[in-house]
Amino acid sequence: MTRDEIFEKVRDLLVEALAVDEDEVTPEARLTVDLGAESIDFLDIKFQLEQTFGFQINEGELFPDNVTQDETFVHEGRVTPSGLAALKERLPHADFSSLGDNPEVTRVAEIFTVDALVRFCEAKLARE
Amino acid sequence: MRWIWIDRILELVPGERLVAIKNISLAEEHLHDHFPVDSVEGLPAAPAMPGSLVIEGVAQTAGILVGHAENFRHKVILAKITKAVLNRDAVPGDTLRYTATIAQRMPQGAVTRGTIELLSPGFETERIGQVDLVFSHLDNNMGGVQFPEHNFVFGDSFKTVLRTSGVHVD
Repeated sequence: MTRDEIFEKVRDLLVEALAVDEDEVTPEARLTVDLGAESIDFLDIKFQLEQTFGFQINEGELFPDNVTQDETFVHEGRVTPSGLAALKERLPHADFSSLGDNPEVTRVAEIFTVDALVRFCEAKLARE
Repeated sequence: MRWIWIDRILELVPGERLVAIKNISLAEEHLHDHFPVDSVEGLPAAPAMPGSLVIEGVAQTAGILVGHAENFRHKVILAKITKAVLNRDAVPGDTLRYTATIAQRMPQGAVTRGTIELLSPGFETERIGQVDLVFSHLDNNMGGVQFPEHNFVFGDSFKTVLRTSGVHVD
């Protein structure tokens, strides 16, 4: 499957899951801030990706698994540099470029752009 | 009014499928407001089960299935209506049959599929809709927010419908 084909499938499922227009789903669109995704939507998106692409996504593989609630990674409402390093290692598909070195916990979800989902699926399909 | 929108559970395959029915009666107050006589347009009363309450019925059907799968340990909350399609109205005298299946169960919640069938006297049973939902296990999702210990989601009305349907709960 080409990257464009993956993008199209991801776009279609986001249009359904988040009730957004097709032209809003650009590669750089962030799921939360730009497309209005809430926490429960992440469960739904994970499920829809599995259904669409036929692979299984383990806990914490696509979205962080409680990293932001781990006291060793968070200090005074901000993700510590070591927390950020842990996130980057666990989530190589995510886009950390807009966060800076010491981001607020509430902004962490912004690392999930449409392109991050496409990259995740691309890597996952390549391994299968 | 009691907030229970199913009357009986017909079938339960734990962790997989639950089938429930809702009988629609003209004694239900809300049907007299949905819709009343429209004297301006000259239209007679047209009682029909509101679509929102059909969705609630499917959610209760699926919610019990999800709750039962882990012996009602979790507070199972309807978090998202992924899809809701309803092609026909149900009216007094009709029965709605809801079939819920679990598509995926996770620590944080569950994804369910639901179909709606209309059983109307004198007509063949007809599939009239689909409602897909996402449920959240409240205590696992709210980042440390404290909720009461007891399971306030599955209250007395749910226990009654389970018991009168012959579903044993520990």
